[in-house]
Amino acid sequence: MTVPPDLRYSKEHEWVRLEGDTATIGITHFAQEQLGDVVFVELPEKGARVRQFSSLGVVESVKAASDIYSPISGEVLERNVKVIEKPELVNTAPYQDGWMLRVKLADKGELQKLLSADDYRAHIGETPGSGGD
Amino acid sequence: MTDTGLRRTPLYDRHLALGAKMVPFAGWDMPIQYAGIVAEHRAVRGAAGLFDLSHMGEFFFEGGGAQAALDRLVSSDIAGLEVGHARYGLLTNERGTIVDDVIVYRFAPDRLAMVVNAANIAKDATHLRRYLPADVRFDDLSDQTALIAPQGPRAVRILSRVADMNVDDLVPFGVTATKVAGVPATVARTGYTGEDGFEVFVPNADATTVWDALLDAGKVEGLQPIGLGARDTLRLESRFSLYGNEIDETTDPIEAGLAWTCKLDKEFLGRDNIAAARERGPTRRIAGLVVTGGVARHGHPVTVAGDAVGVVTSGTYGPTVDKNIALAYVPTASSKVGTALAVRIREKDVPATVVRTPFYKRSET
Repeated sequence: MTVPPDLRYSKEHEWVRLEGDTATIGITHFAQEQLGDVVFVELPEKGARVRQFSSLGVVESVKAASDIYSPISGEVLERNVKVIEKPELVNTAPYQDGWMLRVKLADKGELQKLLSADDYRAHIGETPGSGGD
Repeated sequence: MTDTGLRRTPLYDRHLALGAKMVPFAGWDMPIQYAGIVAEHRAVRGAAGLFDLSHMGEFFFEGGGAQAALDRLVSSDIAGLEVGHARYGLLTNERGTIVDDVIVYRFAPDRLAMVVNAANIAKDATHLRRYLPADVRFDDLSDQTALIAPQGPRAVRILSRVADMNVDDLVPFGVTATKVAGVPATVARTGYTGEDGFEVFVPNADATTVWDALLDAGKVEGLQPIGLGARDTLRLESRFSLYGNEIDETTDPIEAGLAWTCKLDKEFLGRDNIAAARERGPTRRIAGLVVTGGVARHGHPVTVAGDAVGVVTSGTYGPTVDKNIALAYVPTASSKVGTALAVRIREKDVPATVVRTPFYKRSET
């Protein structure tokens, strides 16, 4: 599934899955494809605060380092230790085991500034429905 | 030339058809990766990979004085190079710093060739024309020559299948004329991956014939096309210098760890300065680092107790060694194996340890 329909997306290629006021954050299939093999992930610790559209961490591919931008603001509840130990999860399961942070959502209104799956598909130049979902 | 201003090798359309991601490199539009850098890296270590190196430069030299002239311009023993053999060496200048790193081939008593880095073709040609005597004929055939390199433990079997010879008869750094896929080619047992492998030179017009034949013959052996991304991780694990990273006109061969390429008991450009540098002992040296807590990259400072003391020249994740590895210039006093240093990555000093190089060495079979 390259663009799951139930998530919200940032133009910078992060996704958010909302459960109550807990937001799970990761990077998209498109992003991991662009990056290539991910070999290192740097994430903030529990209790840190992230701000919408500000850098929350870094992924390093074999070639280069890239910032990850937080799609929403809030307090970090948990970071994915598995993805730090096995960075290739970002490539193999970007929407599942490759998630990065769980954040306590500070402002639900921020979700308005994110893209729907259809809008994100258009943003990356895929026609709606071609995502295989 | 194209409207992007980037040059294309004769295999450009093949790269697109194979799904390569193309990037600008030294003025050329080159494949950085096909299946992915890690997968390609593993293919070369475990089976075989095929490289398009047609962007590199090929110079030819002819005349009774060609060998002696090159011996005075290249750091290694070119005078002792026998017909049918090749040798790695450095083009040096009067100051004893490095103009380029090259391989010199001797095809016949009075006919030699040199392969140079793509980014340095024009500079090297100017340099050579300036110093070569008038009776040595110099031809820059870079624009007409394609270079295709099957590399990896199965390269010998794959190339033998399409060549008019058993290429295992070539010794390492041996070179010969033969036919590959029916077209006249020059084959050398050389490479830049740390594996057994070959480099095949053909005229541009024959490049696709040879490329297609090798890919086809290699299919059952697991041969894959390899981009510049894996070329870099492969050479770095093997601790091969990259011009523009470890070496350039500000570095001398001693500090670069390339004293072994310098035959100091002969005359060559910059020899006296290099001999003096060796006598003094270098103040800085290339060291191999294993970095934990980040990936070191070209230009990152190397620090000791928060002070910048050196600089990373190349850094990446090494897929075979499964570590973040780097080469860096560090003070000689800090270059001993086991020394604890740090690399400043995104304002943070992360631990780095000096290790023995090469990071990876293939087991001799």
